[in-house]
Amino acid sequence: MSQERKLRVLIAKPGLDGHDRGARIIARALRDAGFEVIYTGCHQTPEQIVQTAIQEDVDLIGLSILSGAHNYSFPRIMELLKENGADDITVIGGGIFPLEDIPKLKEVGIKEIFTPGTKLEDIIKWVRENVKPRRVDAA
Amino acid sequence: MPPEIKQEGDDSMSIVEKVLEGDVRAVARLLRDIDDQVPSTRSILQQLYPHTGKAYIIGITGPPGAGKSTLVDQMTTYYRKLGKTVAILAIDPTSPFSGGAILGDRIRMQRHFLDPGVFIRSLATRGHSGGLTKSTHDMITVLDAMGKNIIIVETVGVGQGEVEIAECAHTTLVVTVPGLGDDIQAIKAGIMEIGNIFVVNKADREGAKKTVQELRNLLEMGKKFRMETGATNGWDPPVIETQAHKGIGIDELCEAIESHREYLTTQALDELKKIMVKRALHQFSETLKDELFKEMMRRMEKKGMNIDDLAAKIADKEVDPYSLSRSLIRDELKEPESAV
Repeated sequence: MSQERKLRVLIAKPGLDGHDRGARIIARALRDAGFEVIYTGCHQTPEQIVQTAIQEDVDLIGLSILSGAHNYSFPRIMELLKENGADDITVIGGGIFPLEDIPKLKEVGIKEIFTPGTKLEDIIKWVRENVKPRRVDAA
Repeated sequence: MPPEIKQEGDDSMSIVEKVLEGDVRAVARLLRDIDDQVPSTRSILQQLYPHTGKAYIIGITGPPGAGKSTLVDQMTTYYRKLGKTVAILAIDPTSPFSGGAILGDRIRMQRHFLDPGVFIRSLATRGHSGGLTKSTHDMITVLDAMGKNIIIVETVGVGQGEVEIAECAHTTLVVTVPGLGDDIQAIKAGIMEIGNIFVVNKADREGAKKTVQELRNLLEMGKKFRMETGATNGWDPPVIETQAHKGIGIDELCEAIESHREYLTTQALDELKKIMVKRALHQFSETLKDELFKEMMRRMEKKGMNIDDLAAKIADKEVDPYSLSRSLIRDELKEPESAV
């Protein structure tokens, strides 16, 4: 029978940052919210993240970063998505960000940034409200 | 309605071309549509089907934590060195409560992410039992048509009875690790019967030799039975020790797969045919069931019948599921009442 599309999410950790507890907790919370979550582990390059997102046909990429290298990796990921014609994928970030960086990240197309202390329910609520699975026949 | 169908056809034509050219984005999206049971995928698959039959399909199954993903990663490296292109379908379980899933098989395959000769797709079971997803067979069709030489299907971590992989793979690997239980586990029916090659991974662990010996004994005992039933004639499933995380035993494993392929394509053409027919039968019967079910649902809805209401009636014992199904089918198919 006609089945609703399942939201597919990629949770990725760009760069030289091995602290993935936060990413795993988010992955788990999104699973419990009924989404299919692809988790690829630490130390991902922007290229790897974008290729994975394309091959897995995800609706959302969640980038977890604590290293401070977001000003390089986030814009690079957005650039690569555009180059590959995949900039319809929503991208969000989570982790530690100096407040003054957040507007710049949003400027390059990151839809939302979640900082420490954000409730899991709030992230899930945001995803439900802002990310819709790709429409049928949009291909 | 009719013009819409025509439009769909035109649209699907270009998707077919893109898939045949190996367009990764088009393939990825089509796989999603197949998984989500989008109706237009049927006509696309129909057009792709004649372009299939070239890929060699390897199934890999075994309990959770046996090292299946790591083996797939190492095998992929082996095949890429030979210049063969690889597609991987890696399956993980869906939560029966939330419907969500964590798909983590890619963690072990990171080094292939940027290789254009490798396509990896993570899948969730979505309630399908048997070790695969409902969509696996159709996805193999797409990956075959896109021109991948080798398709590796990694099942969900299985227990004992998930044997569907043997219905789609040319060569099925059953992976185990030392210390999973006594030898009575190995003589139970189920996955121990479907392996063309057995792999004892983590072979540096205590008890590995014992596990290998138990498997060999079991296979020796089963040999007579296999020959009598004609299930296999002339192929003795080897038991191979690997330490996947170190890459030890991978050459031997891939050479064993090649021997099995050679066996199928030269000595045992009838067995190969049997595998193909089994797979075709599975695809055909599943598609038929699906289409019939959808057609029935469509007709019932048109008559204002709601399946949830009917289910409630059955639960209240107003009617039983057997006579209800039969009468609905009889009415719709306009068959004279069956004598049975």
